[in-house]
Amino acid sequence: MIVGGISIRELPRKKYLLPGNSSCPGCPEALGLRYLGMALGDRVILVVPAGCSTVIEGLAPNYSMRFPIVNVPFASADAVASGVATAKEVLGEDAVVVVWAGDGATADIGFATLSGAAERGDNIIHICVDNEAYMNTGIQRSSLTPYGAWTTTTWTGKKERKKDVPLIMLMHKVPYVATASVGYPMDFIEKLRRAASIKGFKYIHLHAPCPTGWRFDPSLTVEVAKLAVETGMWILFEAINGKVKISPSSLPYRDRSRRKPIRDYIKIQGRFRALTDKELRKLESMVDDVWDTLIKFT
Amino acid sequence: MSEISHILPLSKPKEGISKTGTWRLKKPVIDHSKCVKCLMCWLHCPESTIDVVESSEKFVEVNYEFCKGCGVCANVCPVKAISMVPEG
Repeated sequence: MIVGGISIRELPRKKYLLPGNSSCPGCPEALGLRYLGMALGDRVILVVPAGCSTVIEGLAPNYSMRFPIVNVPFASADAVASGVATAKEVLGEDAVVVVWAGDGATADIGFATLSGAAERGDNIIHICVDNEAYMNTGIQRSSLTPYGAWTTTTWTGKKERKKDVPLIMLMHKVPYVATASVGYPMDFIEKLRRAASIKGFKYIHLHAPCPTGWRFDPSLTVEVAKLAVETGMWILFEAINGKVKISPSSLPYRDRSRRKPIRDYIKIQGRFRALTDKELRKLESMVDDVWDTLIKFT
Repeated sequence: MSEISHILPLSKPKEGISKTGTWRLKKPVIDHSKCVKCLMCWLHCPESTIDVVESSEKFVEVNYEFCKGCGVCANVCPVKAISMVPEG
């Protein structure tokens, strides 16, 4: 299989996420970390704020990844990464500094330093691993939880819409903004390699369906990620210097009639079980709204 | 570095921190005669427990010591060569 000039056979076989780590079965973050290793390999320096990734690393004196990692408090991730990137530049060493943050560390708690680093144009990649709630602490709502989804703090379904962080980052006028999904690994790897070749602040939003928090069977992680794209709930795009281009995997779904019904996506997840037909229609209109807004930038 | 590493909060990478194979309820069994060598299972395994061996009788193999039995590989296999068999 060759996608975007990358062949699956040419991907490095070295393990960057080591077996025996403490991620849940079917973990999308573990998948994402593997793809990060396949895309950029030994050049990566990770900056990880609190989240599931910290748990996947494990306890001292050992950890289960082959990346050098700096573990930092929630709100400081991008500020630390800026420092690491500048230090590497002063030393003249080649490194790709990657902030691997969850949706809470990106859109809620860590947003100030994210916005600051984007404004300064620091040479880092911020990857938001969006599993749509605070999964590590026990599935509490975040500002990236979609409308109607159950969490332990929204028992009857969330009443507010999902914050559109990729577009907020686009409005920072950074050189590279992209969305990706764990269901489309080659697309994600291609975007990571492109981001690493650009100097300045890069933002990648990775959609990561979490079996534990979304209440579906662990074997369906990739299937749910693909369904999110096929129903139009998640849009894959990339924007180089502000010019938005919808990625090939999402392009057919620009046409509303070609999208699968959103009911297909929500019925396999336990977190939407309390959604009424009226709320479903509202969710559908929100999805159309997100598409309409994005298409205006293309 | 090594003489001060015991007083710094540093960790080192290690494979197999815990034997996660014991978490497994169902075990993926590969039918090698059906395998089309597409590498989809290797690409999508969240645990890095599928190894590409490329020998004459099998192309990929599962490391059962660490496989958590999530079943993603069985779902992504385009020819359904992987079946999930209950443990024990």
